[in-house]
Amino acid sequence: MEIIAKRPEALTKVPFHYCPGCMHGVAHRLIAEAIDENGLINQIAGVAPVGCAVFAYNYFNCDMAEAAHGRAPAVATGIKRARPDMHVFTYQGDGDLAAIGTAEIIHSANRGEKISVFFVNNAIYGMTGGQMAPTTLPDMKTTTSPYGRNVDDIGYPIRVCELLSTLVAPYYIERVSLLSPADIIKAKKAVSKAIRYNKENRGFTFIEFISTCPTNWGYEPEQARQWAKENMLPFFKPGVFRDKGEGVE
Amino acid sequence: MSKILMKGNEAIAEAAIRSGCRLYFAYPITPQSELIEYMAKMMPKVKGTFIQAESEVAAINMVYGAAGSGKRVMTSSSSPGISLKMEGLSYIAGAELPCVVVNVQRGGPGLGDIQPAQGDYFQATKGGGHGDYRLIVLAPSSVQEFADMASEAFDLADKYRNPVMILADGMLGQMMEPVEFKPAKTEEELQELANQHLSWCICPNEDGDKKHHHEINSLELDPQVLEQHVLNLYKKYAIIDKNEIRYETYNVSDDNEVLCVAWGTASRVVKSAINEVLKEGKNVGLIRPIRVWPYPYDAIKQAIGKNVKKVYVFELNSGQMVEDVKIAVEGKVPVDFWGKVGGVVFTPAEIKEKLESCF
Repeated sequence: MEIIAKRPEALTKVPFHYCPGCMHGVAHRLIAEAIDENGLINQIAGVAPVGCAVFAYNYFNCDMAEAAHGRAPAVATGIKRARPDMHVFTYQGDGDLAAIGTAEIIHSANRGEKISVFFVNNAIYGMTGGQMAPTTLPDMKTTTSPYGRNVDDIGYPIRVCELLSTLVAPYYIERVSLLSPADIIKAKKAVSKAIRYNKENRGFTFIEFISTCPTNWGYEPEQARQWAKENMLPFFKPGVFRDKGEGVE
Repeated sequence: MSKILMKGNEAIAEAAIRSGCRLYFAYPITPQSELIEYMAKMMPKVKGTFIQAESEVAAINMVYGAAGSGKRVMTSSSSPGISLKMEGLSYIAGAELPCVVVNVQRGGPGLGDIQPAQGDYFQATKGGGHGDYRLIVLAPSSVQEFADMASEAFDLADKYRNPVMILADGMLGQMMEPVEFKPAKTEEELQELANQHLSWCICPNEDGDKKHHHEINSLELDPQVLEQHVLNLYKKYAIIDKNEIRYETYNVSDDNEVLCVAWGTASRVVKSAINEVLKEGKNVGLIRPIRVWPYPYDAIKQAIGKNVKKVYVFELNSGQMVEDVKIAVEGKVPVDFWGKVGGVVFTPAEIKEKLESCF
């Protein structure tokens, strides 16, 4: 019998702790498959964030560093500069990357660090129990925006891909969705490209995943997926923002 | 090699490079900016990495990543910047990574001023970042020591897998003195040093060993596991406390009637004052902690001897080290303190007056 799908080598056998309907597992798998495809398992290191993916170091079967909240791109910078022969990625959530770590992501992108950043955007803080994130949509209710996000008071969601696209240095920036099988296939291509560019030391690569948080949104997984399609995708439009490898500037 | 005249900030940068530091991440701040400028100039010449980070917070986290990759790495700053590095230092201590941090102290609190002070003693020796951890803290009092301590600091950091702080001040950073450097480490020696870390650091999995999964981490959600980790750290700190105490005695004898305790720049002024009062036939000795953690409690206890009637602590702060001196003295004789704060440096004449008042 032909094996058409198996556990990627770049994932350990540790079961994910993520909630039902959460898409971290999908994102992890796409990254692990891309590591395998590029033969990088022995030359790649990951940096895990604070937040739901804090245990990513238990799941990726490569050297891993756990970073303080928001600091993953700085830690990745230190690793890559210390070991240019290694390839480095960070895995970060929206609270981690777009609030406390805003400076680190912008400046590592601006330096054109030869790292890959995987950014999971589910518009909420998951691990800490459903508080407002920088990516929380207007009028969206969270535990710290119980009356809905008031944009007059707290501003609009931050679109990180668009923000980073104003910089000259980044090599590849794409936003993908994990909300349907077709989207996941597209996402896979983007992740593979990011890891391939990383392997070739081309420059800073950034993939944003539009994801869900059924637990903290208070929806069943399928409802959460529908809600994200209807509400997140219009605001966070998927697409390639920069791809110097294919001439998209 | 003959001595050359050099600024403290530049001397420590040169000594660090000779000691094998090939990665340096920092953010400019007075009065240590010559250090970052020297690194910017010299690192490319030794094929090293220099990054002027976007903040002190980013700089210390770059240090964390590079230290976790098993390479000799340093950052430097001055008091307000060191406060920003405290988050990262706690993580580095928790993950047991070797690195060197230079603090060229200035007056505080807050933005303070840019003059020499010793107000970060508590922060350096008692914590600063969160949690149960210790830094090894070296306290130079001359440009030569500033340079010598660079190589000591890297060796100590590697030996104990612990962050080491060099706690200097704006006076040492800015003053020029003759300095002699140790020979630079060769590429082979540096490679050997880096190889010592290959069993735990982030590095290529050369032979494809399936068990190769190195984690740089300080997270343990199971309280019993974390408890054991912290207890293990404290076993390490006990070994450091046993083996790594360094201090200087100056005119310490059984005939001392007054024993001074001072560190860093303050100790130089105190020495000048002691030289003056000795001429008047008054017998005063000095103990200068060369490292302020681990602390030379026993040395102070023994130096009190039979005749010391008073221990006098002089610092460029409001008396932070006095607490440690009191622990050493165990209430046997009075401990007095006099100091200057806000970046003001006392003169030998001022210290002399204080010492004369003891007789």
